[in-house]
Amino acid sequence: MDKRAESVEIRSASKAYGAVRALDDVSLNVGAGEFVSLLGPSGSGKTTLLGILGGFILPTSGSILFGGRDVTWMPPHKRDIGVVFQNYALFPHMSVGENVAFPLRARRLPKAKWPEKVRSALAMVGLAGYEGRGVAQLSGGQRQRVALARAMIFEPRLILMDEPLSALDKQLRESMQIELRALHRRIGATIIYVTHDQREALTMSDRVAVMKDGRLIQIDEPERLHDHPADSFVASFIGEATLLPVRRVDGCSVALGNAVLRSARAIPSGDALMLAVHSEKLLIDNGAGDAACNRLTGTVTDVVYQGESLRIFLALADGTGLSLRQPSHHEAHRRIPPVGGSLTVTLHPEDTIVVPKAGA
Amino acid sequence: MLALVSPALLVILLLIVLPVGWLAWQSIYHDGFTLENYRRIVSEDIYWRSFALTFEISLLVTLLALLLGYPVAYAANAVPRGWSVLILALVVLPFWTSVLVRAYAWLVLLQRTGVINQLLRSLDVIGEPLALVHNTFGTVVATVHILLPFMVLPLYATMQKIPGDLMQAGASLGAGPAHAFLRIFLPLSLPGVLAGCTMVFVLCLGFYITPELLGGGRTVMVSMLVSRNVELYSQFGAASAVAVVLLVSVLLIFFVVSRFISLDRVLGQK
Repeated sequence: MDKRAESVEIRSASKAYGAVRALDDVSLNVGAGEFVSLLGPSGSGKTTLLGILGGFILPTSGSILFGGRDVTWMPPHKRDIGVVFQNYALFPHMSVGENVAFPLRARRLPKAKWPEKVRSALAMVGLAGYEGRGVAQLSGGQRQRVALARAMIFEPRLILMDEPLSALDKQLRESMQIELRALHRRIGATIIYVTHDQREALTMSDRVAVMKDGRLIQIDEPERLHDHPADSFVASFIGEATLLPVRRVDGCSVALGNAVLRSARAIPSGDALMLAVHSEKLLIDNGAGDAACNRLTGTVTDVVYQGESLRIFLALADGTGLSLRQPSHHEAHRRIPPVGGSLTVTLHPEDTIVVPKAGA
Repeated sequence: MLALVSPALLVILLLIVLPVGWLAWQSIYHDGFTLENYRRIVSEDIYWRSFALTFEISLLVTLLALLLGYPVAYAANAVPRGWSVLILALVVLPFWTSVLVRAYAWLVLLQRTGVINQLLRSLDVIGEPLALVHNTFGTVVATVHILLPFMVLPLYATMQKIPGDLMQAGASLGAGPAHAFLRIFLPLSLPGVLAGCTMVFVLCLGFYITPELLGGGRTVMVSMLVSRNVELYSQFGAASAVAVVLLVSVLLIFFVVSRFISLDRVLGQK
């Protein structure tokens, strides 16, 4: 196990504000050195859970363990965790260098050791030589980097991040995601990351915990989460899926209207079933495909050009809407009929995902 | 634009610029141009002592108001919304009664046969009544009380603007409550401290009713010199000169303070 990282154990943590249960009996184990994202819409309890881990919020019940030690009642300044806040929370009256050195001062580290540590922390986030700058002179991305350097300078074994990239524009956000991934590998600390952006969560995390209404719905690796969603909520939240109600036919097939679709996966029990059709998993039928593939024929209702890809909207015979995505290249342009034309698409049984309908 | 503000400018001209100009004129013109009034202020001991005492009392009042006001503003800022409204209401409530009433109320509390002395004597804590009023002590106590809202309100306004997550960030980075307060909250509240102190100090320099009633004639502040010159000696020129010196001192203080923070923050609550 990595000495630089700490495991986190959340044991049935709940937080109630009056009658509202912001967090409802959540249990979660995060391994040392793991990068776990808490993903969910606003109000799903992910920020409450992060607040409990940081020590800013006391849980109504349940307990929190870091590396096996119970820290539920430990005040934040004794937890030794780095926290990166949504709006950076840099100290406006201090220079970049003073901000980054703050944890060293708080830990009464001899002043002689500060400059070297500050220099290497700033170099780590690509801001070498920025010590003397004022916080107000920095761009949003630079502030984010300073906040990162400040949270990492004391080499915490656990770092919490609360939507740290949400205030940045798309391009910067994407490049920071890749940087954070690399940084995580380099420093080896455990990172728990809160986001409402599923793409961000999938890009960076070892595992993603999907939350809804204060409860943990599913925690899995990105691929599993995307291709094996636990229910229709996860399926609709992760990726670009159309969810259609289906009926069970037998153990390995379901009926969508009149069409019977075979699935290579076990059909979940229960009667309320949904088919999750990811738009990238529908392929245009060129006659050469596997005969075992499910085939659906519909009328093209719209073709949307989105730069690198095309999104094609289909209406099946009974009016059910579907969409598929094709990479934007000459071949695809040639094969897509004009609006109003008929198109047959294939869905491989391996990609035929049937999930139980999520409770309201 | 000029047409719109001209009525306001006219009011300011009539009510402020003209009287103050007339005041300044009085101080240098008496049957011809003279600097006699200012010469007296510089040369006569009583003026010096009064100005020194006024500045001393103002400093003391400001310091005490800060020590009392900071925790109150801090509490109002830290507690949930409902409670902070209550605290601020309690701070502002006395504000709505007349200064005269508050000064007399302190007289009732502090005098030889007042509430405090009688209580202490009945408890046998003291034998002889304490001299709590008709001196500098009484003046300072009542002045601090009356000027306290001018300290608390700018402090509160400044504290409200300190983002709450800064203290959380401080704690997460390893700073205990005392360290986080000293390194983060206190420095960020300093503009409010400066604003509140300037307000209280400047208002205290010109305070009249409270020192007149509670100072017992022994604590002669500058404002009282003005009134005595007029009432006892009919020396309008001398009174004007004292007022002008006081006005210039206040303007100087504002000028120095404005080097550090915007005056809007002292006067309004921006």
